[in-house]
Amino acid sequence: MKAIYLDHAATTPVHPKVAEAMTESLQENFGNPSSIHSFGRKARQVLDKARSVAAQSIKATEKDIVFTSGGTEADNIAITGVALANQDKGKHIITTKIEHHATLHTAENLEKQGFDVTYLDVNEHGVINLEQLKNALRDDTILVTVMMVNNETGVIQPIAEIGELLADHQAYFHTDAVQAYGMLPIDVGELKVDLLTVSSHKINGPKGLGFLYVHPDVTLQALQHGGEQERKRRPGTENVAAIAGFTEAIQLAQTEREQRYQQYQNYRDLFLQILRDRNVNFSLNGENSERVPNIINVSFPGTNVEALLTNFDLSGVAASSGSACTAGSVEPSHVLSAMYTENSSCTTNSIRFSFGLANTQENIAEAAEKVAKIVQRLTN
Amino acid sequence: MKKNEDTRVIVGMSGGVDSSVTALLLKEQGYDVVGIFMKNWDDTDEFGVCTATEDFDDVVRVCNQLDIPYYAVNFEKQYWDKVFTYFLDEYKAGRTPNPDVMCNKEIKFKAFLDHALSLGADYVATGHYAQVRHTGDRAEMLRGVDDNKDQTYFLNQLSEDVLKRVMFPLGNLPKTEVRRIAKENGLATANKRDSTGICFIGERNFKEFLSEYLPAQPGKIMTLDGEVKGEHDGLMYYTIGQRQGLGIGGPGGPWFVVGKNLEDNVLYVGADYHNDALYSDALIATDINWINEAPTEAFHCTAKFRYRQKDNGVTVYPNEDGTAKVIFDNPERAITPGQAVVFYQDEICLGGGTIDEIIKDDKYLDYVG
Repeated sequence: MKAIYLDHAATTPVHPKVAEAMTESLQENFGNPSSIHSFGRKARQVLDKARSVAAQSIKATEKDIVFTSGGTEADNIAITGVALANQDKGKHIITTKIEHHATLHTAENLEKQGFDVTYLDVNEHGVINLEQLKNALRDDTILVTVMMVNNETGVIQPIAEIGELLADHQAYFHTDAVQAYGMLPIDVGELKVDLLTVSSHKINGPKGLGFLYVHPDVTLQALQHGGEQERKRRPGTENVAAIAGFTEAIQLAQTEREQRYQQYQNYRDLFLQILRDRNVNFSLNGENSERVPNIINVSFPGTNVEALLTNFDLSGVAASSGSACTAGSVEPSHVLSAMYTENSSCTTNSIRFSFGLANTQENIAEAAEKVAKIVQRLTN
Repeated sequence: MKKNEDTRVIVGMSGGVDSSVTALLLKEQGYDVVGIFMKNWDDTDEFGVCTATEDFDDVVRVCNQLDIPYYAVNFEKQYWDKVFTYFLDEYKAGRTPNPDVMCNKEIKFKAFLDHALSLGADYVATGHYAQVRHTGDRAEMLRGVDDNKDQTYFLNQLSEDVLKRVMFPLGNLPKTEVRRIAKENGLATANKRDSTGICFIGERNFKEFLSEYLPAQPGKIMTLDGEVKGEHDGLMYYTIGQRQGLGIGGPGGPWFVVGKNLEDNVLYVGADYHNDALYSDALIATDINWINEAPTEAFHCTAKFRYRQKDNGVTVYPNEDGTAKVIFDNPERAITPGQAVVFYQDEICLGGGTIDEIIKDDKYLDYVG
């Protein structure tokens, strides 16, 4: 039995061309990009190219790109870095209840350090209310951070509108674009964002790498200290081979974006059609919102996440849920809790299926049949 | 019959050495083995640390060594409703409950078994020291060969239908051999200490734990003649026959708990281990479970009134309402209401029930309980 991977929002398989670029770099380009000799220069070329490719992908310039160890670190630098560097202007931060834990736990940590954080609600469709944001803004607000696409539901937040709203306010605007990047076109100027987070391993690149876009006007305090790398904003010798792979992954994501978008939409429609054809009782969380096509969050009434995921895995379907179930503790999904209240059964019976490189029309159909069968068995 | 490789056995794994070896032995026999960790109790402390996290880590390490899939399942609610509520109710009634018996009945061999069956399991297996004999369409439970570890006492509420779906791969091994197998195979849990005590209390102080849930009412400690010997911390903290922790000395001792009077909140003590007041000759058991056929007539067999006790000859007079009168061949010491009485015919465990009333010379001992 070959297992079918429907968890691309967790991580993605490395694209063969990415692996090729990384292997080549590992074997033939070991230099330290900070060195002044020929070995260093050769490695530095990889870095320069990566920075240029990354910048172009979001319509920014090279100097605005800070490579990090991934999305989590980029979020940490953006939020804590801005907070610490701008506390003379205020100590108020606005975020949402549906952010990734990299944002939420960073915000909570700042609260312990005396910052004041407002967590915006979302409606039952998973979208924030711009009026609530407007009302939450204060003279001492220094940062607003709202994710572009939610990692559990795929729901898109009104980033351009927020950017517009903040245009005349001192607060910097950060968006975690980890799940959006590669699916949606991104232009930091148009969106009026000051900081933007991207992760490599969500777009078929290697793990342990990401970048943060930082607008030249943003003042940022570094969170770690060392050499001059990344203009001191993120010191440490660069992971050159991974960066070479990331470059390849970005280029592929850029050139294939529209085609992938269409393909994943087809996968999604096929998957849901099979569930309907098999009379599976389900609802789609965030159904009426704008969503990316590669993530769906499906509630199966009368079931629970543990039984579903275990059954799926044992029958060769890999999916996940927003409910953390480490060591048998089921924490209801904070995203679905924010959408429906904590007591809604949706928070403990919803599964995220996310599509990508590991999928084909055939294995999507096969997976959907298996899912339908299991849900039928568990609910009858 | 299904081949082993087509037979799915779901192992209840605790992160201890016994369930680790259980999984190993089944894997060696070629079964389709899946490990599942049960979380039944939340003991997360103020730092967010919870023993289940470490135990689950051990399950993960062992399962990865064995190359079997592993999952977790949460039964906190079921455990609270079915086991912990019973546990508190019994203490409130002045009795000494046996949560392990209830946990096996309601959680491990009910909620967990149901979950396993929903995952396509043919059998569930645990690291209990007991044996199941499957003969054709029948199943019987036998004592584990390690006399000192035999756990059939705690499994007395299982039914034959349940046992048909159960494997106890450690039942024919002595504990020392289980440790040896774990070490020989380099299992991550080979040197892990056995857990002691009631699972949800763990290493904590029992009194402290109980006082968090039940208000303790201190009262007098008296002899049966009415002589006041001291003060007790609350009747629920004491069990019949207990010597330690009474906090009374003086002449005439050592002192043993010989009874409780709930109404007047008095703890009765008597001198001498063999105090006459501790002896009885019969009991009434309730909630009797017969693993195989229920007897319709009185019969003679052996019984245990507590874990690890030697068997005692008894005659059982079963009633139709699920109770039974059990008359002892010889007077027995410190029979404790709330504990289990478990019946055996040689090596076969017949079932058991809850000790409800204690009888001496045809009279109910109403101060016990």
